[in-house]
Amino acid sequence: MAEEILKVEHLNKFYGDWQALHDINFDLQKGEVVTLLGPSGSGKSTLIRTLNGLEPFKDGNIYFKGEKVEPTPKEWQKLRQQIGMVFQSYDLFPNLTVLDNILLAPTKVQKRDREEVKKEAMALLERVDLADQANSYPRQLSGGQKQRIAIVRALAMHPELMLFDEVTASLDPEMVRGVLEIIKELADRDHMTMIIVTHEMNFAAQIADRVLFLEDGKLLEDTPGKQFFEHPQTARAAEFLSSMEF
Amino acid sequence: MDWTIIQQSLPNFVQGFKLTLWLSLVGIVGSIIVGIITSLVQYFRVPVLKQILNVYVEVARNTPLLIQLFFLYYAFPVMGIKMTAETCGIIGLIFLGGAYMAEGFTGGFNGVSQNQLDAGEALGMNQFQLARYVVLPQGLSLSVPALAANIIFLIKETSIFSVIAIPELTNTALDLIGMYYRSNEYLFVLVVAYAIILIPVILLLDWLERRVRYGAFGN
Ligand SMILES: Nc1ncnc2c1ncn2[C@@H]1O[C@H](COP(=O)(O)OP(=O)(O)OP(=O)(O)O)[C@@H](O)[C@H]1O
Ligand SMILES: [Mg+2]
Repeated sequence: MAEEILKVEHLNKFYGDWQALHDINFDLQKGEVVTLLGPSGSGKSTLIRTLNGLEPFKDGNIYFKGEKVEPTPKEWQKLRQQIGMVFQSYDLFPNLTVLDNILLAPTKVQKRDREEVKKEAMALLERVDLADQANSYPRQLSGGQKQRIAIVRALAMHPELMLFDEVTASLDPEMVRGVLEIIKELADRDHMTMIIVTHEMNFAAQIADRVLFLEDGKLLEDTPGKQFFEHPQTARAAEFLSSMEF
Repeated sequence: MDWTIIQQSLPNFVQGFKLTLWLSLVGIVGSIIVGIITSLVQYFRVPVLKQILNVYVEVARNTPLLIQLFFLYYAFPVMGIKMTAETCGIIGLIFLGGAYMAEGFTGGFNGVSQNQLDAGEALGMNQFQLARYVVLPQGLSLSVPALAANIIFLIKETSIFSVIAIPELTNTALDLIGMYYRSNEYLFVLVVAYAIILIPVILLLDWLERRVRYGAFGN
């Protein structure tokens, strides 16, 4: 029996008077990989950022591992230790080395033993082929390398859920594959529960157990991956897919 | 220019030099501490305290140090608070400098991008950890140019202490001129003395600015 990681009920989100998300409902089981697709401005970033409290929401409920989230700063701060997030712009801390970027939160936020975390960090760096860059600074790395480090930084927290917001959108084409392979491996090997916002349709088709299709802040589809790409349920999704030309 | 006059005045100037150096140092360190605390309170919008410190910054930045010193030196004793001239000077300098430093640090803290804050928050940091590990290190590097300008400003500002008879450099020179009517010599020594303090400080701050620009920064 699968364990429910996330459930979203009747979520409404406003920017000022303007409603960005309309009555969003979906759930996510442990080990599931969901891609969140939709045209630019449809609210993908808004939704994914709401799921770890970076954006406040007006009403509706979010349940994390069966427990209702009290949307207070303190509660979110605790939950974020279990929800990893990787951004389009990597956002490594420029004043810290690669290794210190990775160690910071596990040691200072989770108060874990530095040596133990360091061993783990080095193993993760090994896995993304960047062990030799442990003592480099972010400015010395390429975009693709920075993004792989950002993923490692999130993984070092032992998250239950990973959120990816267009993590390859700023990368040169030749860097994209390396990053996507890491995410694919997280799905296949670690059975990581993930929500992925991406414009890489081939990748989405390959990795998605389910697709959430968003337009104008409304969730138009919540469809199994294969079915979405072969027979989308809505005309809007079909149009979107043909516009992506992949 | 009479060199024997200069020579005879040197012991006095050395005393003044030491005092200027000391007052500057205490004033700068105090201003930096007050400035950092003030700007952190403002940055994290600590209720009540924030409003109080906003008023402080406005008042301190918009009144001349001269007036602040007169107030401390002449008005406070009337209210029963007596302090030595030097204490008044240091308090006045920190009052003024703290506000200027606060503005500089606030500029630096606000320069830390929202993306960096999001990244810290997404890693589960609380407000304190965010301040300690993200806002402070990055914001402080960003405020180094303002910090440098303020340090030079505060050193120069110590010359105003002469009006409440603190025997620092400017006061020493004015005293000697008053007694011996030799302004060329004494003013020459005065300029040299300030240069001896300011030039190394400027060079040091330049070096620091270059270091944080190319060292701790860049993405
Ligand atoms: N902070 C904000 N204040 C006001 N409006 C916002 C804010 N952030 C986003 N929006 C608006 O909300 C809508 C959804 O934006 P969002 O960034 O979530 O879209 P997206 O699907 O991620 O788009 P993209 O594919 O371009 O990243 C857009 O119309 C955007 O202009
Ligand atoms: Mg987006």
